[in-house]
This record gives sequence, structure tokens and C-alpha cells, in this order.
Amino acid sequence: MTLLRELFDSLRNFVATVGAVALFFGRLLVQLPRALLRPRLVIEQIYNAGALSLVIIMTCGLFVGMVLGLQGYDLLQRFGSEDALGTGAALALIKELGPVVTALLFAGRAGTALASEIGLMRATDQLAALEMMAVDPVRRVVAPRFLGGLIAVPLLTMIFIAIGIFGVQLIGVQQLGVDAAAFWSQMRSSVDVDDVMEGLIKGFVFGTACSLIAVYEGYTAIPTPEGVGRATTRTVVISAVLTLLLDYMLTAVMLS
Amino acid sequence: MRSTRAVELSTGLFVLLGFAALFFLVTQITNRELSINGNSYEVYAHFENIGSLKPGAAVSVAGVTIGRVESITFDQQIYKAVVRMRINSRYDKIPVDSDASIMTSGLLGGQYIGLTIGGAEEYLRDGDQIQFVQDALVLENLINQLVATFSRRGDEQGARPAEEDQ
Repeated sequence: MTLLRELFDSLRNFVATVGAVALFFGRLLVQLPRALLRPRLVIEQIYNAGALSLVIIMTCGLFVGMVLGLQGYDLLQRFGSEDALGTGAALALIKELGPVVTALLFAGRAGTALASEIGLMRATDQLAALEMMAVDPVRRVVAPRFLGGLIAVPLLTMIFIAIGIFGVQLIGVQQLGVDAAAFWSQMRSSVDVDDVMEGLIKGFVFGTACSLIAVYEGYTAIPTPEGVGRATTRTVVISAVLTLLLDYMLTAVMLS
Repeated sequence: MRSTRAVELSTGLFVLLGFAALFFLVTQITNRELSINGNSYEVYAHFENIGSLKPGAAVSVAGVTIGRVESITFDQQIYKAVVRMRINSRYDKIPVDSDASIMTSGLLGGQYIGLTIGGAEEYLRDGDQIQFVQDALVLENLINQLVATFSRRGDEQGARPAEEDQ
């Protein structure tokens, strides 16, 4: 009986959390136009979320591309169609690996920073101080950070994909000897602008989700060192799960 | 916090890099010749069997892609597949008696429509029908024919020694 009760309670908590995130998102959306009126704050956050993530995104993109080159070549040469390496790797990067891995890296690199920063502001009563001065902390603190993440993730995704394709080319063409002309021309003939748009849309959706989770967790963090730490952990876990869940749903919609 | 100038500079660099990557993907990786933007005209053809031809497949002449398959429908009146093709207006001198056949690119490749140029003086225009068509080769049919041929020959050979015995 107690087990059932606990189950019911945790289910109710889950529903309540979803509701709270949705309400917070609504509050955030209302403040977004006003946040855009102060672009300097947003630019600073694009720097924090995007420019500072550049190195890790580029390094990981290169290695994901390189491993894709190795694995793709090994798989395709069994069928004697190594020339299709460009097509397969480019589509895999553009449609799945680029957006998903970028979002996961973003959650780990920038999402945690956002959550702990806002959480620490909460713990040190800075948010309360803003409220005392009749400044809405959602507008002044949360909205610019959310926008920064939203703008940074699609751009990071594109950079990741471009570097990834370079990595595939590095292994496939330079090292394993796939014909360069066949590699590029097959890739060109089978990748559409629509495919790139699909990756871009995914980048936007994942960017929205990961940024929202990060700022929400930071904003509602329990104002203790332990609470901020827990908020940071939850940011990564929830962002990762949500990204993969959304990825499946988006793919199912886009392929149908 | 670093100075505002450095922040702006690296942010700008990041944004430009992002757009450069997008531009690279859209222009270098994707195929623009296939997507027909601008002027084009539509022709159609009736096929008995289209195999696994898909909308968006290439329409090509002499290996050069000049258009795309717009839609594939089934006409209940004549019980044939109607394939609509959109061809770039640049290629407006295709004779009306040209031949459209469904071909396969490579062993694992998809199917496309290959046009073989005819000899007429008149050219295809918007809404015209391509009269001469060649259906897709369906592997199962091919194998069936092959099996039929072999078994017939096998029967003949099996029958002859029996006749000689008598």
C-alpha cells in the first residue's frame, strides 16, 4: 500500500514539475521581446554559451567524423561500395549525430554553467535583490541566458557537422583511399537542402530544450551549496534524456 | 570577466563561423542542380510498372540531370502509373518522340528516368505526354523468365534421350 502511495506521489510530482516548467517557459516567452531590447546582455550570453563551447564542439566534431570514417568504411567495403561513404557519413552527421551530440555537449559544457550560475545567484539572494529593486530577474537574468543558448546551439550544430565531414574526409579519403571525386560527388547528389534544414530545426529544438532546462533548474535551485550542485546534475541528466526523446519524435515526424 | 571588446570579438567570430559552416553545408554538400528553382515545365508518361521509382528521382539525358520526378499516381481508367516530371526550362529542345525509360543507377542505387532523344522536329512542351516508355526491370520477373527458359530447355534435353532409347 505504501509502495502504491509512493508511486502515486512521485507521479504527481512529475506532472507538477512538467507544469511548472511549462509555466516558467510561458513567463520566459513573454519576456523575450524585452530581453532583445538589450542586445548587449544577449551577446554576452552567446559568448558564454557559444564562443566558449567552440573548442570542445570542434574537437568532438573532428573525432566523431573520424570514427564515422573508420566504421563507415569498414561496413561499406564489405559490400564493395566504399564510394557511398560520403553520403552515409554526411547524412548521419547532418540528421542525427550533429544535432544530438552538440546538444549533449552543450548541456554538459554550457547548461551546467548556466544552472550553477543562476542557482548561485539564487543562493546568494541576488535574484531577491533584483526583485527588491523592481527588476524582474526573469527578464534581466534568465531571458538573455536562454536566448544566448537558443542562438548558440544551431550555430554550434552547423560547425560540428562541417568539422565532422572534414573528419570523415580526413580518414576516408586521405588515409583509407576512397576516391575523392566519388566521395564528394555522391555526397552532393544525395544530400538535399532539406536535410540540412532538418539538422538546423533539430538544433533549434534541442537548443530551446537544453537552455530551458538549464535556466529552470538554476532558477528553482534550493539555495544551498548542495541544492545548486543537485540542480547542475539534474540539468545534465534531464537535458540528455529530453534531447534523445525529442530526437526520436522529431525524426518520426520528419520522416513521415 | 574579460573586456567587452574581447567578448564582442570572439562572439562575432563564433557567429560568423557558424554561418560559414551553414553556408558550406548548403552550397558544397547539397546538390543544387537537382532542385529546380526558377522556370520549369511539366511532362508526363504512362508506365505499366515503375519498379521502385520515387518522387524526387532524377530525370536525365545522356547522364545529365535535367529534371525531377514530381509525382507518381495510379490512373484507374487505364490501369497505369502516371509519372509527372518537372524539367528545367533551359532544356526546351527535347523531341516529342523521345523515349523515357526507368533505369537503375549502380547496383545499390536508386531508380531514375533516362530520356533517349528521338528524331522529331517538334519539342516537348508543358503538359505534353511522352509516348514511348520502357518499364522498370523487375528482378522477380526477370528471374521467372530465366527459370522458364531453362526449364523448357531442360525438358527438351530430358525428352530426347528417351526417344532415342525406343
